[in-house]
Amino acid sequence: MSPRLYSLTIDRERCKGCELCVDVCPRTVLALSPKLNSRGQHYAFVTNPASCIGCAQCSDMCPDAAIEIDEEESAHA
Amino acid sequence: MSPSRKPTQASRRSVYHRPVSLVNKPTHFCPGCGHGTAHKLIAEVLDSLKIREKTIGVAPVGCAVMAYYYLNCDISEAAHGRTPAVATGIKRCLPDRIVFSYQGDGDLAAIGMAETIHAANRGENITVIFVNNSVYGMTGGQMAPTTLSGQKTVTSPCGRDAHTMGSPIRVCELLNTLDAPWHIERVALDSPAGVRKTRKALLTAFKGQMEGKGYSLVEILSPCPIHMRLSPLEAVRFVKEGMVPAFPLGVFRREGKPVA
Repeated sequence: MSPRLYSLTIDRERCKGCELCVDVCPRTVLALSPKLNSRGQHYAFVTNPASCIGCAQCSDMCPDAAIEIDEEESAHA
Repeated sequence: MSPSRKPTQASRRSVYHRPVSLVNKPTHFCPGCGHGTAHKLIAEVLDSLKIREKTIGVAPVGCAVMAYYYLNCDISEAAHGRTPAVATGIKRCLPDRIVFSYQGDGDLAAIGMAETIHAANRGENITVIFVNNSVYGMTGGQMAPTTLSGQKTVTSPCGRDAHTMGSPIRVCELLNTLDAPWHIERVALDSPAGVRKTRKALLTAFKGQMEGKGYSLVEILSPCPIHMRLSPLEAVRFVKEGMVPAFPLGVFRREGKPVA
């Protein structure tokens, strides 16, 4: 089976930096940015996109619906 | 993700996208607040059942008072605790609409306890979504009827003492003693699995109402990091380790029959 690729899109202006997504991610795909968004909050960002398995635990936990996930057509298909 | 890896729209399959029934603007809720998750799940259920156009919500007084800013369906505002009464009126006048009330623990279990019990006892065909975060959030973290024994709040600074302040009210168990309710379930936003169970519970409740089955209540144990005086991660852990033992999860009433 060819590897699947997932793309995570985080709306940094919606993110409030609660870190729930970072905590639940089983593959350490997400981290909290040292930078601030316009509301003065550290936002989550994707550090390791290739490791994402598309489990959607981060988007389920996100109280602000800031995370959207798409499955891309595999590069090796 | 770098722009070069971005595929064309045609080659994408959505895994998770923000529901259409959720208005695209940031909420006023504190970081890590469970109300945001609950709003999101309601919006997802309205989307998946395709009932947004005929749904009328009733917003409470409390942190969720501004549900009408975030949920893209018709919403009425009720006086504090009177949400089930207003929902009853709307449902009886417009029986073809889907009517839900969204209430916090202060609204449902304190000032609105009479309305809650009587709406359930009449078996009104409405869905009540009860967000239990064990404190009064909006007014500054005072003790609620659902505050745990020993839990410190601004009005129980030495911890809630059962002798003088009573024990937490378990609303699902209380309503389960009535004959009329169709579905009563308690879920918790303590993990991704809990979030998925919450989505399923809301789906069951709304589907039941669409089929005219009668009263359904979904109690959602939810973190309130600010007034639990914890970080968002610790607050989720508090829900799992503190609230869930005091408020057992599960289905209490299924298809109108108590679950043994």
